[in-house]
Amino acid sequence: MTTMTTTSVLEARGVTMRFGGLTAVRSVDFTVNTGEIVGLIGPNGAGKTTFFNCLTGLYIPTEGTVSYKGTVLPPKPHLVTKAGVARTFQNIRLFANMTVLENVLVGRHTRTKEGLWSALLRGPGFRKAERASEERAMELLGFIGLAHKRDHLARNLPYGEQRKLEIARALASEPGLLLLDEPTAGMNPQETRATEELVFAIRDKGIAVLVIEHDMRFIFNLCDRVAVLVQGEKLIEGTSDVVQADERVIAAYLGEPFEGDPGEAEAAEVTAAEATADATADTPSTTGTPGTTKGDAQ
Amino acid sequence: MNTLPQQLANGLLLGSMYGLIAIGYTMVYGIVQLINFAHGEIFMTGAFGALTVYFYVLPDGTTMWAAVPLMLIGGAIVAILVAVGAERFAYRPLRQAPRLAPLITAIGLSLALQEVVRNFYPGADKARAFPSLDTTHDIGSVTIKDADIFLILAAVVCMASLAVFVRRSRTGRAMQATAQDPDTAQLMGIDTNRIIVIAFAIGGFFAAVAAVAYGLKYGNVDYRMGFLMGLKAFTAAVLGGIGNIYGAMLGGIVLGIAETLASAYIDEIPGMQQLGGQSWANVWAFCLLILVLLFRPQGLLGERVADRA
Repeated sequence: MTTMTTTSVLEARGVTMRFGGLTAVRSVDFTVNTGEIVGLIGPNGAGKTTFFNCLTGLYIPTEGTVSYKGTVLPPKPHLVTKAGVARTFQNIRLFANMTVLENVLVGRHTRTKEGLWSALLRGPGFRKAERASEERAMELLGFIGLAHKRDHLARNLPYGEQRKLEIARALASEPGLLLLDEPTAGMNPQETRATEELVFAIRDKGIAVLVIEHDMRFIFNLCDRVAVLVQGEKLIEGTSDVVQADERVIAAYLGEPFEGDPGEAEAAEVTAAEATADATADTPSTTGTPGTTKGDAQ
Repeated sequence: MNTLPQQLANGLLLGSMYGLIAIGYTMVYGIVQLINFAHGEIFMTGAFGALTVYFYVLPDGTTMWAAVPLMLIGGAIVAILVAVGAERFAYRPLRQAPRLAPLITAIGLSLALQEVVRNFYPGADKARAFPSLDTTHDIGSVTIKDADIFLILAAVVCMASLAVFVRRSRTGRAMQATAQDPDTAQLMGIDTNRIIVIAFAIGGFFAAVAAVAYGLKYGNVDYRMGFLMGLKAFTAAVLGGIGNIYGAMLGGIVLGIAETLASAYIDEIPGMQQLGGQSWANVWAFCLLILVLLFRPQGLLGERVADRA
């Protein structure tokens, strides 16, 4: 496990999520420390996205607690964001009919204040706040390299830029922890590499990152620590080397998906995303199995 | 004598009133995909709120200059309370229910509000006199009343403010975000329940403005006034493209003008003499709706609804 010299940003204790009779996540303990990039992997339907949703307040865990910097997170998504946890989505969920800049400004919602009257009267205070907010948003767009497209509609951006914009929008809420749900799904190797650089840059800003990903090479290059989720339970957690060498992980990945898979919908989404990846990647799929990527990592 | 300018002005005025009410339908629909059929009654309660201020709060002999703003405030408070209360106690518990449940609830609420006002407001079962602004002004060949000036000014100010608010303010952006994708909006830190309440409140406020204008213009109000006005405003919202605030205003004006011109001139067409006059106005309004829905189902400005589906 991790050293105790660092402080934890996120701490999940005994998180269990049941849907009727199905247990999608079973008593998972999980910690993310400051300055860390942590990976969460697992076969399709292992409950990764369910677990993510428990962390962001979309689901209220049946049992267990999730705390952020020592405070238990409220079970309302908007309060979780306000507390300092931001996320992106497996399938892009930008506000398609808003401009790039507006998307980032929406992300800043919890960090800005403004009353009804100041908006209608547009006094100097309002203009100043608005300008400061826009400046901050433009900084973020500069950071991800989309400043020149500020007035484009989000839906008109190419796929890779939409993914980046989602990250910028999440960063706009000034989080202490960023959750990335398959950030490289559907990307070609160059884009994946660029995303890697971006995640390192985010970490260097002092933001802890938790990544769900299918691309093993990406995960093992990136993460300080990796946890493996199989059938809703945490199988193993440790550094890349430890996890890669573990035979149970390999078995879990090569084994058959079990019956009554609680994450069938998730599995279908992942399959779809992988199909897109195969279609867009100019080299064969990057979403390989551990069998092929294991040797490539490090 | 050429009556066309006068008829156009009448249509524009009627249409502005439809448009103000239509905002309530369209904003609520845009954010929670609910047709709030009780909105006509919210308009009606706004009128009675304003009436209450005039007859029971203000001292006798208050000049209309002082009375109208206070009536507006009273009407707005009542209409907003009814609208927000309806959201909180009737619609919010049904947020996850099938679409039909809140729709039926809205119809029930509409009847309930009518009956409450009819039974408990003194004299509301018959037309109750409302202070009117009848001083007329001639502008060229067009004659308008003070009430009409109030209506047109109120409509312009309200619409312009709303447009600025939605396009440019933080809350307005949050409203657009919630309309496009409520789940993601929540994860951006937007309290979507609050946004929904704001949408209902804005709808209630606009309905109250329309209600005061209605009273000042026609000089009486009753518990059924919301039914037909609400239906027409809903038609206007659909005509303009439901979910689109500019569409609601445009739809209202198109509907008002079409209805007025049709009832004024259609009897001049040979063979249609018996179809003229005010009694046929509603028929023409709904014919227009059917035509628009046949050829442009998303409404005049309604492209955004298609995106959302």
